[in-house]
Amino acid sequence: MTTEVGSEAEVKKEAEKLEPDTAKEKPEEASESLENQKTEETEETQDSSSSPVPTSQSSPTSRKERDPSEGKGISRFLPPWLKKQKSYSIAEPKDEAKKKAEGDEHVEECERQLPEEVAELKGEAAAENHQTKTDDKEEEKHSVSSAETQPAKEDSKEIEVEKVTEEPEEKLEEETGKRETKEVQTTEIKMEKAPQKAPKKIKTVQCKVMLLDGTEYSCDLEKRAKGQVLFDRVCEHLNLLEKDYFGLLFYENSDQKNWLDSSKEIKRQIRNFPWLFTFHVKFYPPDPSQLTEDITRYFLCLQLRQDIVSGRLPCSFVTHALLGSYTLQAELGDYDPEEHNSDYISEFQFAPNQTKEMEDKVVELHKTHRGLTPAQADSQFLENAKRLSMYGVDLHHAKDSEGVDIMLGVCANGLLIYKDRLRINRFAWPKILKISYKRSNFYIKVRPAELEQFESTIGFKLPNHRAAKRLWKVCVEHHTFFRLISPEQPAKGKFLTLGSKFRYSGRTQAQTRQASNLIDRPAPYFERTSSKRISRSLDGAPVGITDQSLLRDLSATAAGPTGDEAAVLAKLKNGESREEDGSPIKSPPLELTQDGKNNSLKVDGENIYVRHSNLMLEDLDKTQDDLLKHQASISELKRSFMESTPEPRPNEWEKRRITPLSLQTQGSSHETLSVVEEKKRAEVGIEETVVINEINEGKIQVAIDGGEPCKVEQLSKKDSSSTSSESSSSSESEDEEVGEYQPYHRVTEDVIREEKEGNEDAKEVEGYTAKVVQCVESVIEGSKEKVSIGHAQVAEESLVEGNAVSGTPEEKSFTEEAKQDLREEREEEQLKINGDLSHIGIDVKPQIICCSEPPVVKTEMVTISDATQRTEISTKEVPIVQTETKTITYESPQLDGSAGGDAGVLLSAQTITSESVSTTTTTHITKTVKGGVSETRIEKRIVITGDADIDHDQALAQAIKEAKEQHPDMSVTRVVVHKETELAEEDEG
Amino acid sequence: EHCLGPGPMATFHAVVRALPESVCQQALRVEKGGAVDFARAEREHQLYVGVLRHKLGLQVLELPADESLPDCVFVEDAAVVCEETALLTRPGAPSRRKEVTEAMKIALESLNLNVVEMTDENATLDGGDVLFTGREFFVGLSKRTNQRGAEILADTFKDYAVSTVPVHDSLHLKSFCSMAGPNLIAIGSSEGAQKALKTMQQMSDHRYDKLTIPDDAAANCLYLNIPNKGHVLLHRAPEEYPESAKVFEKLKDHMLIPIANIELQKVDGALTCCCILINKTSEL
Repeated sequence: MTTEVGSEAEVKKEAEKLEPDTAKEKPEEASESLENQKTEETEETQDSSSSPVPTSQSSPTSRKERDPSEGKGISRFLPPWLKKQKSYSIAEPKDEAKKKAEGDEHVEECERQLPEEVAELKGEAAAENHQTKTDDKEEEKHSVSSAETQPAKEDSKEIEVEKVTEEPEEKLEEETGKRETKEVQTTEIKMEKAPQKAPKKIKTVQCKVMLLDGTEYSCDLEKRAKGQVLFDRVCEHLNLLEKDYFGLLFYENSDQKNWLDSSKEIKRQIRNFPWLFTFHVKFYPPDPSQLTEDITRYFLCLQLRQDIVSGRLPCSFVTHALLGSYTLQAELGDYDPEEHNSDYISEFQFAPNQTKEMEDKVVELHKTHRGLTPAQADSQFLENAKRLSMYGVDLHHAKDSEGVDIMLGVCANGLLIYKDRLRINRFAWPKILKISYKRSNFYIKVRPAELEQFESTIGFKLPNHRAAKRLWKVCVEHHTFFRLISPEQPAKGKFLTLGSKFRYSGRTQAQTRQASNLIDRPAPYFERTSSKRISRSLDGAPVGITDQSLLRDLSATAAGPTGDEAAVLAKLKNGESREEDGSPIKSPPLELTQDGKNNSLKVDGENIYVRHSNLMLEDLDKTQDDLLKHQASISELKRSFMESTPEPRPNEWEKRRITPLSLQTQGSSHETLSVVEEKKRAEVGIEETVVINEINEGKIQVAIDGGEPCKVEQLSKKDSSSTSSESSSSSESEDEEVGEYQPYHRVTEDVIREEKEGNEDAKEVEGYTAKVVQCVESVIEGSKEKVSIGHAQVAEESLVEGNAVSGTPEEKSFTEEAKQDLREEREEEQLKINGDLSHIGIDVKPQIICCSEPPVVKTEMVTISDATQRTEISTKEVPIVQTETKTITYESPQLDGSAGGDAGVLLSAQTITSESVSTTTTTHITKTVKGGVSETRIEKRIVITGDADIDHDQALAQAIKEAKEQHPDMSVTRVVVHKETELAEEDEG
Repeated sequence: EHCLGPGPMATFHAVVRALPESVCQQALRVEKGGAVDFARAEREHQLYVGVLRHKLGLQVLELPADESLPDCVFVEDAAVVCEETALLTRPGAPSRRKEVTEAMKIALESLNLNVVEMTDENATLDGGDVLFTGREFFVGLSKRTNQRGAEILADTFKDYAVSTVPVHDSLHLKSFCSMAGPNLIAIGSSEGAQKALKTMQQMSDHRYDKLTIPDDAAANCLYLNIPNKGHVLLHRAPEEYPESAKVFEKLKDHMLIPIANIELQKVDGALTCCCILINKTSEL
């Protein structure tokens, strides 16, 4: 199983490698696409090819795929376009990848291995190679990675690609040309050696990983390997399946630890630091008894022992003793007076400052554990450790608004604020609306407290911006892991979102639990290494500390944290919140765009972006240092931009107004799809409508024309600042100056799991929640009909509703208020924008109601059209069979013009219908001209019919994928999911 | 039975102290009120101790009164005991510092408690500001208790989260709240009490049930979990706080023992103030 997982990862990699190749053929794209985004591409390579959709949409899918125990064929998840265009990458590469994985192993061990094995490897590879040559050139990639002989020409190409991958900044054509030659030579030299020592051909780097038992694991990795490869190797080495709780750390200096991002190249993350990592628990399971395997619990124990000994996890004397006694029981078994003389214990380390008294107590307690198996002792250890208040709390140094030193602790439940050892505040995830950082400041926006009217933003000052980003990432990851059912989609690469696009892409706790349930292997044998060995091997120093000391020499060279700048303003009320709201954080997601083809035809902001790309190109010949300097100056520019932003900054609601404006010009929203993806989880998706919207003319001013000039100005400023940020992130993702994360724009998932804070009305809340859950989780029995959807407000409303449910009861009322505000805002928005921006919905409604007839069930139509009137988006009863209907609209926050306004001039309209086994697709295309801009709207109505046998989620995702594929230069602006469920058999959740 | 862990606390021992006559004239008080009737105060206190000793079967260790320490009956402020550790406090009122005596230390040590002393001269802490829920500590930052005192408490009881709660309108945090069950916080109805509760709810990862008591003073009750007796709750008598008593009477799973505390109340004494409960589960 493990191997297979590994090889799946390889498949991914293979696919990724293809990407740059494709990109290379389209220089424009290449220049546009940024950094590792590109390399993050998965099977979806073709999908809006330049758009670096990292793990995004495909991520849950591929995750699923990667769990062989689910027993579903990969190909079933792969959209046909992928099959058509790159069929080899589905089938053959998979094989190859497997071989390659094997191959890699061989490489690793070849020195020690039997010669036949090497020969075998060669044979394999040779066969591969043969096959490869007959394939198209993209195939080369595979064979090269399998370390086999290649015609030089092809090889050079590969290298060139490699170059592109490694240094996207250097994607300039001239430059690549130069490099090409150089590389060709190198490869040729390599080629000569190849026949004798095939494995040597791979450019590898030796990685060392400190394991939890104090041993070191080393392996050779391809230089360009992603974090996942190393992580998988380590987990394989450890025989660990429930690996999502773990991660690899690397240290920037003695106390700055970073998580290795699995989805990114290692090299890019660790920069100049040595390839030295520490295997570490990343997400401490709040209830370790829910882990499936003892071996997982064992590693968690090892981690906690480290945490305790290093002082990271403070315990009382008694707890030290108790936990120590379980450690003894687990590692030595029952106390044996003969064997366990008075000295046996002092070789173990149980506490940072271990005393004789403590050791005595440990021994006494050890005696009482007679009969506990090692696994039971571990469980007891964990049961006690998990209750410690600092269990699983990841602490970060910070200062509050007054410059007072505090600690921010990130944990499963939220963010804890400590001053010295005291908890002085706590923000549970449900309280937090947004997490962001800007430079070295870290912000959380929290729901209004009771009796407060506005959300407030609380700022903290971190030692430097990397620390701020690190904290932000950890928050994003913890929130996602512990509170969501599936990871949120990373911002689609096609958007030029400002700042970090980072999102947690691994499995969530819910997913990993689900996956663990499928683990079907006999409990693996493993040896519990003695804790004394740990302490011995590290000269008695606590492991955790030693980890860092290993890097001490590094820290000298490493860029240390900056000094303590004056702490920054902390608490801002929404209305006056300048930093926050004026910041480009919220700035409209500029579209990095589909294909790169219509770059030049873009709106202001994007022109700036393009210009900027050119700027980057100018830097190509510069050294890395120069580049960094350049980025720094860009950051500086951006900073001054931010700081010079005009005084009247928009508040939250104004932002909502603004966003649609800009989005309109961009014509797309990443949120749309991501939400749909999320929807999949809820087993919905009988029918969905994908509205594809394109602005394919160069006239930029549409959206802005009649709008409010001042806002436009602001917008463009934001755009440009976001541009510069993008540039800095493009060459070094770790340098993003800002990042933003909004835990709660995902409705359904959070609804389900939302913690109910506060005691009052708990029942009431539960009832409410339960209802929603039911809606979400009901399974589709047979799909029938459809429904017409009014406007964007629907989506907004449901979002708000979700919040209300998720919030505490007290908060509910405020959410209501918020809703009120929202409505007002919406109305205002329409007033403002009517007349010039309404290029969307007008023609929508009529066509939307095309439908297939319900065979058995009669269903009502739910029409939600009036924003100010809150309509329950849910169920209704029908004679004969009870049906549940649910409609959810996901829409980019752009204006829905259906309320009125200038529809433009209709140029043409056509409707195409196509059918497949379980889906009926109706495509309606309208072309309009409006204000000098022609706009093509394609509306697809896809009816997916079927029962439980059909994976509606997949079908939906695929439909969207297909839509995107068919119209790569368009963007999805709205997805309406309408699901209908027969409630006849109620019990299948 | 482990040292950690929420859930019922088993209580076996109690430390109390007799009240000196000086309590009538010299005990500190927040507000001027009626004079304390010493005889009646003594009767009430004896009744209280009697309940602990006889009705509940605790091993009660009674320290002698000290006339020079008018407030010495309120032993709760002098020490915080949790599991096997006792923290001798440094009371916020200078006149009360001597209440933390060698005798107290010896008494606690005699119960095999690991005694920690608060020596930092910048720290103040009254036990009345310390609410231990079984899962975590809340420490009221009041006129009597400061941040430093709370920090030392946190250092002493490392297993637990220690959250601070500002207390403005009352003497102590526990002047308006207390534990009334393993997971149940009794909370007064005053604005200050409700605000404090909100703070505690926000600070906690755990969700407590709450029992809202009409009278703040009555929200200070004494909960014990005693083997074979289960949940026991000493609460203020109906003749003192009829409305509040009704609320307590709704607790069906508890053995309810109404206790009058009329006299000591005049000097800000509440039910929890007059004893230190020790649940020793281990002889180690």
